[in-house]
This record gives sequence, C-alpha cells and structure tokens, in this order.
Amino acid sequence: MSARTNADPSTPKRRMSGVGRVLVFVYGVLALAATGRSVFQIIDRYHEAPVAFTLSALAAVVYIVATIALVAPGRVWYRVAWITISFELTGVLVIGSLSLLAPAVLGLHDIDPFGRDATVWSVYGMGYLFIPLALPVLGMLWLSRHRPPADSAGDRAGAGS
Amino acid sequence: MIEWFTTVQVIVACAAGILCLVLGLIGRLPGDVSMGAVAVVELLLLVQLVMAIVAPLAGNPPSGSLAEFYIYLISALILPLAGGFWALVERNRWSTVILGGVCLAIAVMVYRMGQIWFVQGA
Repeated sequence: MSARTNADPSTPKRRMSGVGRVLVFVYGVLALAATGRSVFQIIDRYHEAPVAFTLSALAAVVYIVATIALVAPGRVWYRVAWITISFELTGVLVIGSLSLLAPAVLGLHDIDPFGRDATVWSVYGMGYLFIPLALPVLGMLWLSRHRPPADSAGDRAGAGS
Repeated sequence: MIEWFTTVQVIVACAAGILCLVLGLIGRLPGDVSMGAVAVVELLLLVQLVMAIVAPLAGNPPSGSLAEFYIYLISALILPLAGGFWALVERNRWSTVILGGVCLAIAVMVYRMGQIWFVQGA
C-alpha cells in the first residue's frame, strides 16, 4: 500500500477519505471473511473446537465494529476504533502464539492455518496472508495521524493505548 | 467445478487486481479499463456459479462442504458489485485501488473454493 496519505486535492472533512478508504475496505473484507467462516464453523461443527470457534465469532464481531468505527464520525467512535483495533492486535498476537505453542488450549487439533479448526488469528493470520497482523498496525498509524477535529481534552486517553 | 477453469479464473482475477492497483497508484480514476477488468472477473464468477449448480447434477460433486463453497462464492459475487458501486460514488484514485483489492480478494476466495471442491475431504 502506498505510504502517501491524502494525496488527493480534496480536504479530508470526514475522517476516512483518500487512502483511508482503502483501509476501511480491507477491514470490511476481513470482517466479511471472518463472519462467513465463523458462522459456517459454528453451524457445521461447533462441538469440535468450541473455544476456537467462539473466538472466530468474537473476532468477526470486533472487525465489524472496527470497520464501522473507522467510518463513523465523532470522538466516541474514534475511541471505539482505538479499543477495537487494540483488541485485534492483542488477539492476533495472543491467539497466534497460542495456536503455535499450545494449540490444545484453544481446542485445536492441529496448527494448520488453513485447516478446519483455523480461526482468523491462527498462526498470526497466516491463512489470511497475515493481513490480520498488519491491519491493526496500519489502523493505529492512521488513527494517530487523523484525530477528530473536536476539542482535544479527551483524546489523549484513547490515543495512548 | 472444473479445475482448468478455476485456474484461469484465479489468474484473471490476479491480473485484474494488479492492473487496478497499478492504475490507482499512478492516479487514474475508475474508468473503462479498471471497471471492465472487474466486470470480467464478475462474469467469470457468474459462469462459476452456473457450473457449481450444474456440476453435482452431472456427476461432479465437491469433495468438501458445498455449504462452505457457496458462502465463498456468494460473498465473491457481491464484492465486485460493492466495489463497483463505491467506484461510481467515490470518484478518486483510491476507488481504483479498492477495485484492485476486490479482484485480489476474489482470487484468494476462488483458490479457497477450489480447495474445498477438490482437496477438502478428498
């Protein structure tokens, strides 16, 4: 993805303009992918790995909320975006490590990131081309550069996480 | 699903994706070339849908889960429509980049669909 931000002549009145749209789009696709997979896993074989599949569903919901929070204006949504994106980064690091080091904790039968037990976060999102690992970092970079224009009194707490 | 057609579809989607990414990054707005490339990708998906409906009746059932296959196929069918709509509403170069992202996402999804049909459960 290009490192240039806001190369467009149009000024960013809404938070998500220019290259940020691409970020939202990738979030949307990941939300769709995670939702589709977890819904299917839960309907088809929830008993096989309930912990992993519940995490799949949780991840899907968080991705959906994060996508909305990136688009929606205002400081509350800005903070929601920080919370959800921080949660994602924690999730991919913790679950990614667990899936490699202690797959049994998650009830996984193998560590194959493409296997039938795999979640979005297995092996740091390898089954999704490591996008789940890269995206929260890009999202945080974006958020830290694009604070909401409102009075900055309450921003610091949310931005520091 | 027919293996060679699936391979062609992945290659076309990758090519269309790279084309749109390059066009977007050099600053082109969504135009006939990028929208046309996405339309070709969508058309191939529609052909795939017809083949997926007919194939099991013609003695070519999937080795894996048909439900999972259709979740991928239907999601893939929606993506170009969403991306194309976005490109018409939001007239800037990033919409072209997004069209590229749509095509690359579809390439991955078609690859996964191939795995479900041919590899999974076989």
